[in-house]
Amino acid sequence: MAYSEKVLDHYENPRNVGAFSKDDDGVGTGMVGAPACGDVMKLQIKVGKDGVIEDAKFKTYGCGSAIASSSLVTEWVKGKTVEQALEIKNTQIAEELALPPVKIHCSILAEDAIKAAVADYKKKHEG
Amino acid sequence: MSIDLQQDFFRLFGLPRRFRIDEAALELAYHDLQGRVHPDRFAHLPDSDKRLSMQWATQVNEGFRTLRKPLSRATYLLELMGVDAGLHTNTAMSPTFLMEQMEWREAVEEARAAGEADELAQLHTRLRQHSREVFDDLARQCDDEQDYAGAAETVRRLMFMEKLQHEIDDALEALES
Repeated sequence: MAYSEKVLDHYENPRNVGAFSKDDDGVGTGMVGAPACGDVMKLQIKVGKDGVIEDAKFKTYGCGSAIASSSLVTEWVKGKTVEQALEIKNTQIAEELALPPVKIHCSILAEDAIKAAVADYKKKHEG
Repeated sequence: MSIDLQQDFFRLFGLPRRFRIDEAALELAYHDLQGRVHPDRFAHLPDSDKRLSMQWATQVNEGFRTLRKPLSRATYLLELMGVDAGLHTNTAMSPTFLMEQMEWREAVEEARAAGEADELAQLHTRLRQHSREVFDDLARQCDDEQDYAGAAETVRRLMFMEKLQHEIDDALEALES
């Protein structure tokens, strides 16, 4: 299957690969996985005191589309508030990367990873 | 000879609807049915009979493929029990499990990059051992406890482990060639 140019670009030059300390107060960690293909994705956001995401990192074991989807969303979430980050939809990711129908689940995984990271961040800050 | 296309695959092969099956009995029943519905036997009959025999043969092959492999058998069994294993929709695995998966994959990646075939072989053995334990859990959940929601979760775990096993095999192959 041919990957789109944007997928190849993110796959060959992934942005923001790496990790923050999970225990850091401003860091939210999202771990998700896709059973059908066995892909595993970790996405972390670093949130400033004003609630704006300052930085994001990811580590993904999966196909090119999964890596590209997570690389793309780490770019997208920067500068957004956590609430704005939650508005990112898998359809936007799939459209930006021109993912074929069989790879849509990769974009769903990336959307779920953001949600999981935000949920983890909120859990640390409630109460 | 006639096959009811509506019946489930367990019934097709005369097996109880369980995860633990007698694999030899499945194999025997498959070869028996395959022989009886083989299109050659219908060559002298009208086209409508030929078409029917093709449908039967397809059903028998699909049934065998589905029941022979433990993971597809479990997924199918759950489907019969009305439980969707959520292989395409459920991304919320336990974080501890996913973290373990990440660590396994990092270990495979490092061993592959460093050309450590022995390390990969060890990972292979450990994973195989671990898979066996998880398959035991699956059998218990399906057949003894009728805990189908739990079984669905276990099937999802095993999908990741199977993928990992393929990755280790690929890495070993790459080092050997």
